[in-house]
Amino acid sequence: MGVRLVLEKRPERSRAMQVASPLLAVALTVLFGSILFAARGFDPLHANYVYFIGPLTTLWSVEELIVKATPLVLIGAGLAICFRADLWNIGAEGQLIAGALAGASIPILAPHWDSALAIPAMLLLGMLGGMAWAAVPALLRNRFGANEILTSLMLVYVAQYLLDWLVRGPWRDPQGFNFPKSIGFNDWHLLTTFGDGRVHLGAVFAVIAVIVLAVFMSRTLLGFEIKVRGEAPRAGGFGGFSQAGTTWLCFGISGALAGLAGICEVAGPVGQLQPTISPGYGFTAIIVAFLGRLNPLGALLGGLVLAICYLGGEAAQVELSISEKTAQVFQGMLLFFILTCDTLIRCRVRLEWATRNPSRQRQFIGLEGGASRTADAGGAAQ
Amino acid sequence: MSALEAVLLTIITASTPLLLAAVGELVTERSGVLNLGVEGMMIMGAVTGFAAAYTTGSAAVGVMAAIGTGIAMALLFAFLTQTLAANQMATGLALTLFGIGLSGLVGKPFTGLPGVKLGAVHVPGLSGLPLVGPVLFGQDLLVYASVAITVFVAWMFSRTRLGLVIRAVGTNHHSAHALGYDVAAVRYGCIAFGGACAGLAGGYLSLVYTPQWIENMTAGRGWIALALVVFATWSPNRVAVGAYLFGAVWIMGLYAQGIGVTIPPQFLASLPYLVTIGALLAISGNRILTKVNTPACIGQTFVPDR
Repeated sequence: MGVRLVLEKRPERSRAMQVASPLLAVALTVLFGSILFAARGFDPLHANYVYFIGPLTTLWSVEELIVKATPLVLIGAGLAICFRADLWNIGAEGQLIAGALAGASIPILAPHWDSALAIPAMLLLGMLGGMAWAAVPALLRNRFGANEILTSLMLVYVAQYLLDWLVRGPWRDPQGFNFPKSIGFNDWHLLTTFGDGRVHLGAVFAVIAVIVLAVFMSRTLLGFEIKVRGEAPRAGGFGGFSQAGTTWLCFGISGALAGLAGICEVAGPVGQLQPTISPGYGFTAIIVAFLGRLNPLGALLGGLVLAICYLGGEAAQVELSISEKTAQVFQGMLLFFILTCDTLIRCRVRLEWATRNPSRQRQFIGLEGGASRTADAGGAAQ
Repeated sequence: MSALEAVLLTIITASTPLLLAAVGELVTERSGVLNLGVEGMMIMGAVTGFAAAYTTGSAAVGVMAAIGTGIAMALLFAFLTQTLAANQMATGLALTLFGIGLSGLVGKPFTGLPGVKLGAVHVPGLSGLPLVGPVLFGQDLLVYASVAITVFVAWMFSRTRLGLVIRAVGTNHHSAHALGYDVAAVRYGCIAFGGACAGLAGGYLSLVYTPQWIENMTAGRGWIALALVVFATWSPNRVAVGAYLFGAVWIMGLYAQGIGVTIPPQFLASLPYLVTIGALLAISGNRILTKVNTPACIGQTFVPDR
């Protein structure tokens, strides 16, 4: 005798749960966060206010929220498309760095090139840099069948060391007292800003990217091919859709967006190259994509939620003197809850008091058969 | 101690965490489960191992804590993927992100403290032998444990009923279920075993390799362990060979700097990651070898028809 959880497949994916699942996940994260805060001896209400509401109460912090959400939305929207196609690009952090490096070559190598073309050229180079870095796992997968999860991740470390070498070696500021930093970018190589001067052009790109990708996914044949590839790859094959083609496309799009996020960071809030240019945006964007239900429009909301997570972490560090690492724990927890709640879309979950001889009268339908991509996205492992 | 002895000793210490984590993940994957959370379980093992050893002053307690934490993290993954049928890739990623964050939080007060090092065992009479003495008979217990675990896993898969059941579950969960095996229970066990090994691998880093707690000290070793399993095409013996090769690559960078090679250190440091990609290419190019050995059900969710 014992209690067990039983999953029972719904005849159709629950529409209500599709909307409720991300909300439920956020609510559960806040609930568990409160328990953690209480365990550390804080008043949970106050701690939650500091963490989740505080960042929304001043104009300064709302602007900061947009600054933090910008790279998350850009990368998250691209990753959403990759994951939709059952392609696991988890190296966006490396693509972000590669984009930043490619784009920063103009302000560092040609600091006096003051032209209206400079910024567009930097952005273009940034996108190409990210795309090139993402093309490697795509090429290796298409050509050799190498697992893209591992190759894309390994390239993150390579990109980090490349950045480290450049800012300590050839691209170090000669007048920088030996600090590992490049020269500060000249004004004409920095993105236009709005408001108090924190929110930059990247935010506009993020919104444009989300809208373009949403239309692309819902209104074009290529978008349809990507969805079919994820949900029914064999059907896609019969339909004459090219697997290799969608791999290139998805990695190209997500790499370009991560590269754009990278150049926007260094030509925006950072303003130069330094050994660390991103607090793990490329990894956090994975959570953004899932919170947005692998939908580009959802990534916009997901990016804002996770930006609050970053800001709240900083606020909690100042006001409650707890480690800024709390933010990462919350992010990890949030992804766990999203995945748990996504089960509710496909299944009803019941507690059952199991006996030795479970009744065999009721028939359950298994989850197999490619009914849902989240259920058996394992195809990518082969 | 001769220079060669020193090199061999450091290669073995660099390889052991890779071997431990990889052989654990191999068992998990043979049961048809892909756990991408190795890095997260490993880093949590490292931090709790260090913390427990520092607090109690006993490296043995640290080792137990590292194993326990690895299992706890793995069971979280098992609950989500087996009981709640969540996507394995995403859950594994979540486990890694969560583990890296939580380890930073837990480890904050322990940063920069002197650690407790797990001592070496000297086999009397043998450890004094030239070259083979210190290399074969003067290691710490965990090195021997890693070899013993690998031998055990190889034996289990080739000679025992349990090994056969695990392989059946990983190859075709529908058939295994129809034969009356509890697929979820077998997988729970294999996932927990993988977690124990990953936790132990992390503990090895913070108790032997560099006896202190440094944030992100696993530095992608969990991911390299995952790659090693693919590289070894799911064979425990080849995992061992691969782990020692990778340990050698890891150490080569350090020694190259020592003898005055003028390549920037960042290039040498990125060598293990580039070699990993190269190794994946070499093995993935051989479609027959990978196709034959890949557990057919890997990464797929299983909910039984009843």
